[in-house]
Amino acid sequence: MPETITFYLFAALAIGASVLVIGQRNPMYSVMLLIASFGALSGLYILLDAPFVAIAQIIIYAGAIMVLFLFVVMLLNAPREDAAEWDRTHPLRQPGVTRWGTLLAGLLIVQLAWALGKMTDLKAPVATKTDAATVSSVTELGRSLFTRHTFAFEATSILILVAMVGAVVLARREGDQ
Amino acid sequence: MIPLSYYLVLSAILFSIGTAGVFMRRNLITILLSIEIMLNAVNLSFVAFGRAAGDLDGQIITFFVMTVAAAEAAVGLALVIALFRHKESLNPDAFSTLKW
Repeated sequence: MPETITFYLFAALAIGASVLVIGQRNPMYSVMLLIASFGALSGLYILLDAPFVAIAQIIIYAGAIMVLFLFVVMLLNAPREDAAEWDRTHPLRQPGVTRWGTLLAGLLIVQLAWALGKMTDLKAPVATKTDAATVSSVTELGRSLFTRHTFAFEATSILILVAMVGAVVLARREGDQ
Repeated sequence: MIPLSYYLVLSAILFSIGTAGVFMRRNLITILLSIEIMLNAVNLSFVAFGRAAGDLDGQIITFFVMTVAAAEAAVGLALVIALFRHKESLNPDAFSTLKW
């Protein structure tokens, strides 16, 4: 079963890299590990017969967004969290509000486990009803994007414009005109 | 063939890792990275559901999520730069006042 092996390989890579992203002190390593996690997810998209999403994942996420993160990490030049500060501000050692936050995160995990436990099709393969050609066609994807979803597409372009202007305004030095 | 539920379990695990990162880390950049992990977990479940249903809407909403993630990263990192310039710190606990 090469497909099953590939799934477990990419899933293990994605989970391992994501855990290490959380565990690293140095944000530079975190960004690099997150790129590895995105690469593994891109392999999973290919397994799901979504090659265009896989390529977009590599180009947009790993190529553009993560480079933006790397750029800011290098620009700020603040490689690691202060160790004493880490101990002092660790969420499990703080009273009140942060402990509630951790409790809510645990509750979310319990809720997710409950919802997944209620699932019935634990054995049915994901691709039984349809063939791969209909969902992996880039032609159909483009047609659907520019006909049925035109409004959302245009709204997204306005969102990007607003985000660009906002980023320029926010990152501007005070006193600049 | 892989069942749909395997993808959903993987997505739930990744989302939980992202949530844990947001709550446990005290570094603004790592918190933004955790949000990216959560967005990607949701993307994975969208594509898996789309594959199971046999239509393309799951993939299309993934593109919109990616676009929103790009906008969020741009604005979030601009905020991080502006905050770092004022306090020389990336710890969110350092930004507890509304004005300085």
